Amino acid sequence: MSEDKQKRTVQTTGHAWDGDIQEFNNPLPTWWLWGFYLTVVFAVIYWFLYPAWPVGEGYTKGVANEIEYVTAEGKTVKTHWNTRALYQQELQMARQKQAEYQQQLAGKSYKEILSDPGKREYAFSVANVLFADNCAACHQDGGAGLAGMYPNLVDDDWLWGGSFEQIQASISDGRNGSMPGFKKRLSEQQLDDVSEYVLSLSEQHRHPAMAKRGESIFNGDGGCFACHTKAATGNPAMGAANLTDKIWTVAVVDPAMSYTEKKDAVKQVISNGIKRTMPAWKSRFNELEIRMLALYVHELGGGE
Amino acid sequence: MTASQQSAHYVQSRIPVFPRSVKGRFRHIKTGILILAYSVYFLLPWMPWSRDIGPDQAVLFDIVGRKFYIFDLVVYAQDIFWLAGFLIIAAFLLFFVTGLAGRVFCGYFCFQTLWTDVFIFIERLVQGERNQRMKLAGAPWHTKKIILMGTTWLLWLLVGFITGLSFTLYWGDAQALVVEFFNGQAPFPAYATTLFLTVTTFVMAGIAREQVCTYMCPYARFQSAMFDKNTLVIAYNESRGERECGRCKPDRQNQSREYRQQQGLGDCIDCGYCVQVCPVGIDIRNGLQYQCISCALCVDACNTIMDAIKYPRGLIRYTSENQQGTVWQRWFTIKNIGYALAILVTTALLIVSIAGRAQHELHIQQLRQPLYVVQSDGRIQNRYTLKLVNKENRPRRFEISIRDFADAELDVRPEAVIDIEPGRQVTVQARVFSVHNQQSAHTRRFEFIASSGDDVTLRESATFFYPE
Repeated sequence: MSEDKQKRTVQTTGHAWDGDIQEFNNPLPTWWLWGFYLTVVFAVIYWFLYPAWPVGEGYTKGVANEIEYVTAEGKTVKTHWNTRALYQQELQMARQKQAEYQQQLAGKSYKEILSDPGKREYAFSVANVLFADNCAACHQDGGAGLAGMYPNLVDDDWLWGGSFEQIQASISDGRNGSMPGFKKRLSEQQLDDVSEYVLSLSEQHRHPAMAKRGESIFNGDGGCFACHTKAATGNPAMGAANLTDKIWTVAVVDPAMSYTEKKDAVKQVISNGIKRTMPAWKSRFNELEIRMLALYVHELGGGE
Repeated sequence: MTASQQSAHYVQSRIPVFPRSVKGRFRHIKTGILILAYSVYFLLPWMPWSRDIGPDQAVLFDIVGRKFYIFDLVVYAQDIFWLAGFLIIAAFLLFFVTGLAGRVFCGYFCFQTLWTDVFIFIERLVQGERNQRMKLAGAPWHTKKIILMGTTWLLWLLVGFITGLSFTLYWGDAQALVVEFFNGQAPFPAYATTLFLTVTTFVMAGIAREQVCTYMCPYARFQSAMFDKNTLVIAYNESRGERECGRCKPDRQNQSREYRQQQGLGDCIDCGYCVQVCPVGIDIRNGLQYQCISCALCVDACNTIMDAIKYPRGLIRYTSENQQGTVWQRWFTIKNIGYALAILVTTALLIVSIAGRAQHELHIQQLRQPLYVVQSDGRIQNRYTLKLVNKENRPRRFEISIRDFADAELDVRPEAVIDIEPGRQVTVQARVFSVHNQQSAHTRRFEFIASSGDDVTLRESATFFYPE
């Protein structure tokens, strides 16, 4: 009986602390132990095959683990196994995959790309990323623009023209918009009159007489018509704004403003002039990228 | 400190289990389930099915095409939450069954149990019954042992390979894939999957066996949480088996039951059959143990013996703590009713969701950067991305329009008429223009409509934003 009882009690490891504190022994299954040995073997093999131990200034590189990849510049690099090289290899594969699509798009007209759902969606998703990375800094997320500073690309007004080719030229070569200031050539009263006239073209205004005088300055001494045309509809060739529509891309005129505020905003631009620059992107993007961006921007605002 | 404690073992090797075969009611049930499960598993990939468009295979999980074909049901990637519903049902069903009848899943349905069963069957076929196998295992390596063991392992590998290959066939055109597989032209994942499953089947069902249940399976451990006094377990009737003086082997004197009862000897004749048939190597007479997978083979074994010596059956049987005591057995406890309700609700939801699945989908996403734009004619423009999905087996031509927005104009790019191939989706940009007057509210609800022929009209509501 006593022997039987001893068998049933839990085994201890045989260590005793403070006389009576003992440690239970719960034996491990053998397969577990073999699993442990296996990890040790694995570790040793790993040391040989992969970068592992620091040695002096460097480290052991491992054997028979060479990775070869081609950079975006077409340079072939050979190196020992490391995660940066693996990443480069993945990038290379991604570029190869993209190349298939890019070949399909190359040489296709804008219309052809637009009418094919697969090509269209590829161009849009590429351009969406390019736009967010490069253009959105000025033109804002989704091309909303910043009043007075960077044109809104979502509306149907195109300062430099809204055809595919014009947009492509704008992105590729950049644009230099320049309107001279008139405060030296025109008197304060004349500036007021012209401002009233410009405002009257698209907004509710208060002084028809002033606007009448302004119109004659606009089409006469002021010389505004030289760029903005006599009908004041602007000239995309030089980026002169259309003053007759409801969109203000240069002067900061907001529907919520009062009459005087609006007029001040217009007068400010006429008096001081304005210079706005769009940089040329042909050094940053290849031609296909520019074409995909042009397509994207065209579709943002519907183009012309 | 005794000497035996000094040399305590920190590692315990597995005590090999050589289950003896048994015949009986539960063995028949288990064999029936095994045959049914194997027939379904191994034959399903070969079952033909006619579809207008798509493969002529009843069950095909097409990962590349992102479509799962299950008979007449085609599951698209966006329907993947059905899988969640299915898994929830499976989980609750498991809890429910465990609450009612203990580890029936482990004992009858678990593939570890099924495959182990088959492997033991092969073992017996090649090497013989329990005592012969034990003798062979203990014998030194000689030609006969090598041949017998080799044959066993080869057959195990074959079963493992067919198991792995069958699983692989669910993920591709079975007939073509088999040919490709043996020609060496199948894709790499097919070989990797087959190899992995061949090896795991061999190791788990052939070598690890009951250790999978006792050491690896999480379900085996947490199901004790679902046990209560009403849960059916397999138990030895100790009061009958032992009586006052305990079990004992019959000799010339104490063979008759009446005599044993008078002497206070138990009905258990200590034949050990219940221990020999146990696939996890426990003695059920020591009470409920966590290793027990409720396979009920010991019940069959004991009943066989009881019949042979003409004692009443049921010395080892399915019972519950309450049944054994005086308390009335309650099947419908709050817990079990809760599980049952959860199963019913989830099943109903899944059926409604599958039955009411749309063949076509229209999704509207408003472009909020910017929310609205003033156009040159002073009208306000809002932009939306429209995604159209055609899950039907024929191409569809949809026409996009808007409703409940009288003064608005719609411009869809590239075109308001969209052709969609079967099983495809198309994304288009829609622009809506509306005149803004001072009385207009800040927002306006309206509907996008995509109609195809006379039979399909999809509606999806959207919001138009004016300047504040």
